[in-house]
Amino acid sequence: MQEKRSFFEWLKTYDGQKFTTTILFLLIPLVLLVLFTFVPAFNMLIYSFQSRDLFKVKGWLGFDNYIRVFTDKEFLTTFKNSLYYLVGSFFQQGFALLVAAILCAEIRFKGFFKGVLFFPYLMNGVAVSIIFQRFFLKGNPPVSPEGTLNSIITAFGGESIKWLSDTERPWLVNICLVFVSIWRYIGFDIIMYMGAIQSISPDIYEAADLDGANPWQRFVYIIFPGIKPIISLQLILAVKGAISVFEIPYIITGGNFGTSTFVIKTIEMAFQKKKLGVASAMGIVLLIITIIVTVIQDYFFADKPVKKKKALPRASK
Amino acid sequence: MAKKDDFKVVQAGAVKSNSPTAVALRVGQYAVLVIACLLVFIPIMVILLGSLKTDDFFSNSGVFQFPDKLEFSNYATALSKGNIFTGLKNTAILIIVSCAGTIITGTMTAFVMQRFTSVLTKVVSNLFMIAMLLPNISMQVTVFGIINKMHLYNTMWAPIILWVGTDIISIRIFIQFLNQISVSLDESGIVDGASYPKIYFTIILPNLTPAIATVLIIKFVSIYNDFYTPQLYMTDDKLAVVSTALYRIMNETTIHWPVVFASIIICILPTLIIFLFLQRYIYSGLVSGAVKE
Repeated sequence: MQEKRSFFEWLKTYDGQKFTTTILFLLIPLVLLVLFTFVPAFNMLIYSFQSRDLFKVKGWLGFDNYIRVFTDKEFLTTFKNSLYYLVGSFFQQGFALLVAAILCAEIRFKGFFKGVLFFPYLMNGVAVSIIFQRFFLKGNPPVSPEGTLNSIITAFGGESIKWLSDTERPWLVNICLVFVSIWRYIGFDIIMYMGAIQSISPDIYEAADLDGANPWQRFVYIIFPGIKPIISLQLILAVKGAISVFEIPYIITGGNFGTSTFVIKTIEMAFQKKKLGVASAMGIVLLIITIIVTVIQDYFFADKPVKKKKALPRASK
Repeated sequence: MAKKDDFKVVQAGAVKSNSPTAVALRVGQYAVLVIACLLVFIPIMVILLGSLKTDDFFSNSGVFQFPDKLEFSNYATALSKGNIFTGLKNTAILIIVSCAGTIITGTMTAFVMQRFTSVLTKVVSNLFMIAMLLPNISMQVTVFGIINKMHLYNTMWAPIILWVGTDIISIRIFIQFLNQISVSLDESGIVDGASYPKIYFTIILPNLTPAIATVLIIKFVSIYNDFYTPQLYMTDDKLAVVSTALYRIMNETTIHWPVVFASIIICILPTLIIFLFLQRYIYSGLVSGAVKE
């Protein structure tokens, strides 16, 4: 088999075919990957040290853009706002876990409840945002009607509240937005926790029942330890989620009334104020946060379930 | 606070099914679910109700008040006057083209990366892994310049190329499925003298149908709901998609709310119909797609 073959003959062998097929099949995805992921990432790194608009470089700034991101008040507010979402996601996980545990019990209309609670996750984000803008609306009764929440409050004799536009109380607006975010995304967590709970071996419950465990003990000693890895994973990911919040505040308040988030600010810097340097620095900061979170995630949770390791040989994402 | 599990032996367990504790538990469980469902329903129902009111009745009535006569003309107005119809049409085109693109490039990439191990595939696999780390929205800061240079701004190609080109989740789903398709199938093809591209088309692709269905569902949901990509790259009104059409209606100077509400309901309907028919696949599909994070 060691006789010399021409290159073209080699191409016809299965080894050669492997080579040509690899090139042929990977060409387009690779070009797209480089063009829309790696080139922009590289540009972003370079731009982050520059003062520039979309097309022209005005000068090099060293780390000034980064220093601005971490010292300027307008940027610091966005970090503070992500804390609302971070705390919110803890509540979200807790509530999702509670609902998932209930749905895993013997419950009537299980499919209905599950479906209703999950559906918001599939809904168009703009639709959700408009729905909640109306929900939290402060009307002006003779001229325009009250929003849903204020209608309920005034029906019980309360005062209507400026939920979304109270500059005196930015925390109120942010909490409302966090609520919308939980409303939209919790269905997904419920489904995931249900999957995790159902994958716990029934034998363990049987043993617990023989020992006379009550439902609370079952939760604390069986369900919770069984799905602890996935809960911790969700909490780590919440950090990434909290800093990447975008759509809901962007559409509902446009980032006004003290509700701007890190990503809204990035986009605003890039496309309204045309300060691409600062925007790129923000992009890199977000990238670094994402990488840190991913490293932590991989370090502590890397392929914990052995099954998964088999299924995804290169899955450390 | 109680958690029971649907395991029959439970009945024989510590909590007798009609002891006071068990009854309280049951009531508590249903109470949590019913309250949660009301929280989902009420905001949407108000919109549905509003979409059936006349402008006049809408501005002079409470949100929970039923109109004497249901006004369906808002739906006709929404479809004929606003951008909603254009939005639905464009969204459909974008979904079809992007899905086709993702399935072709995604399955090919997965086939090569899962079946052949070479230095090249290892490098590519690592590149994809690194790419997954990059936060999508803030990347647009510099992606925009590239799209602009390629003269794709304000064309449908901009979102299509981004949705196809940066979709690593689909590739991962295809790889997961390929892991379960036995290599001996390929080998039987080789014995018959088939070339690798032929093996891909005649053996791999047909066997990937369930994975393709999963990817289609995930793609539909993500494209139908994507707001920012079309908002940034397709500012032309003629290129409105469902999300941007809704967003623009809301930012118009004179707003007829009942028509806006009708538009919202129209936009939710396709998702609802698909959800009702494909519920089971959607649960498993979206969860398998989310392993990404």
